[in-house]
Amino acid sequence: MQSVHTVSAYDEELKFLSKRIAAMGGHAERMVEQAVAALVNVDHGLAQKVIQDDVVLDEGQREIDDKAIIIIARRQPMATDLREIVGAIRISADIERVGDLGKNVAKRVASVDGRQPNSLFRGIEALANLALTQLKEVLDVYASRSVERIGFVRDRDDQIDAMYTSLFRELLTYMMEDPRNITPCTHLLFCAKNIERIGDHATNIAETIYYIVTGDQMPAERPKGDKTDKVVLPGTVPAK
Amino acid sequence: MAETGAGQDSRGRALAARLRRNRWLLAAGFVAVIAVYSFAGASVYVLLPALALLVATAMLPADAERRSTDAGAAIEASGLQRLSGEYLAAAVADPLIIFDHSAAMVHANAAAFAAFGGLAPGMSLALKFRAPEMQALLDGILSGEVAADVVDYTEKLPVERTYRVSASTVGHATGLYVLVFKDQSEARRIDRMRADFIANASHELRTPLASIAGFIETLRGPARNDPAARDQFLQIMQNQTGRMARLIDDLLSLSRLEMKPYLRPGTAVDLRQTIDSVIDSLGPLASENGIVIERDFIDGPISVPGDRDELFQVFENLLENACKYGQSGGRVTVSMARVDDGQDPGIDVTIRDYGPGIAEEHIPRITERFYRVDVENSRTQKGTGLGLSIVKHILTRHNARLSIKSEVGKGAAFTVHLPAR
Repeated sequence: MQSVHTVSAYDEELKFLSKRIAAMGGHAERMVEQAVAALVNVDHGLAQKVIQDDVVLDEGQREIDDKAIIIIARRQPMATDLREIVGAIRISADIERVGDLGKNVAKRVASVDGRQPNSLFRGIEALANLALTQLKEVLDVYASRSVERIGFVRDRDDQIDAMYTSLFRELLTYMMEDPRNITPCTHLLFCAKNIERIGDHATNIAETIYYIVTGDQMPAERPKGDKTDKVVLPGTVPAK
Repeated sequence: MAETGAGQDSRGRALAARLRRNRWLLAAGFVAVIAVYSFAGASVYVLLPALALLVATAMLPADAERRSTDAGAAIEASGLQRLSGEYLAAAVADPLIIFDHSAAMVHANAAAFAAFGGLAPGMSLALKFRAPEMQALLDGILSGEVAADVVDYTEKLPVERTYRVSASTVGHATGLYVLVFKDQSEARRIDRMRADFIANASHELRTPLASIAGFIETLRGPARNDPAARDQFLQIMQNQTGRMARLIDDLLSLSRLEMKPYLRPGTAVDLRQTIDSVIDSLGPLASENGIVIERDFIDGPISVPGDRDELFQVFENLLENACKYGQSGGRVTVSMARVDDGQDPGIDVTIRDYGPGIAEEHIPRITERFYRVDVENSRTQKGTGLGLSIVKHILTRHNARLSIKSEVGKGAAFTVHLPAR
């Protein structure tokens, strides 16, 4: 396990940071879960709860920032400790963003009336499951520090991108079928985008953890699987 | 080292607690002794031992503590004291985790390792169980506010699991705590399935109803005096009522099958004759879709134990699907083969079409109720979304297997393996 410092209060401070990060992570996971559930079941009450819960994450991030600055100022950390502290600042920022994205999904529940085809909602649910699995596994690695298992993050990222591209295509089709679908489908499109971004933040967190533990950057091959920049439906391509 | 340190520490704490509890008596005693001293003018040599005696009495274990010591003695006498906590934890079937005052894991039993990946001694449980309710549980128990607590904890991923988690302190002043997880996923999952099924079934019934209601409205309004439109609308309405009737039939047969999932059918069924009559009954549909049904049967009598009507339904559903969705291939082959690979001898019936095939991602899911690869296509082909689900149920009852092989663009093959015994 971790080496022990002469000043045990220092250890306590570092432990506090990681415990706080874990609590924030758990909170963010719960928020995203509930936001997607609210979207799929068109549950306005649950959506409101998610929107209100976001405050906790903002507060958590501020607290971690303050604590981290104080530790740096007081203890002059070196090597692993310094990486641990800087990493905590970065991870908490990522988690806070995840919370914001969850909140944004919850906000859009009001604009989606649930009359869209079931398959769309099922698709978004599946996308959210992928993103949440990734987030969960990454935070598990933060707990266990077993970075050798971190390769899964990239595979999962590919799956998320493929799923997102297919949802994107499906949503475009619905919008073309009936202009009345455009409002709800645009909101769903943003929801899907938000969820896809959650996966990206999870990848960021994984990279930070890798850096904390090894002191090296994660090897930099990051294939870009998001092909939505090239998705066009037949008949809509402008003539050159 | 650390342990003896902790032992002394806790003993010190217990003494301090007793002193605190007895502080009023102690103070009164002090006052009394000092009063006697000042009035009677006794010597200091009497005063000091008297005060020391008072303090020592206050430190003696009180009733409650004496009782717990007795309980400890009883455990010791019964031989439980010598029993290792590790053995005891291993004997518990539910996941069980023992942790210390900093929420670091001390020990977990095999069930816990199996249920939660990535556990390691020394790892912080607060980092592993991040859900808000678990955080609150750990905080509550570690801060000493509560001695034992229970929460419901749901893990959504990778598979949904619900636990009732109870946390409590271990023994007296051991500085150890325990979490026990009681798995309640099964009950939750069954509830969920029932709710899902009702939601799906009513959704499926609502769609044709909405369409019928719409046409009735049109017939009473704008199309009142338009015989051609009226005829067309009535035709559509008839199709929709037909669809609802089919759906209800399928739902009924599914629920009948579910009522007795373990009832093994016993009589021998002549498979060749059954499949022949299926092919005959679907002849009109096949020729309507421009499909030629080819047979490739083995020689000799083929019989398997089973229920003829149910097996008829299996092959009818499979062949009907092949005719409907494999229309572009122009032919469907039904083949029968005897499999004698030692461990599981039986008959393989394969129904193969040469249509568009099924994409890989759908194959694991197509036996789910109301799962459709292509909703539009299924509706136009009068599908209810329950056919393969029924097939799967019947085959489970027959101890048989359904395997699906398909490649996009090359058609699909559904193979039913019926055990000979």
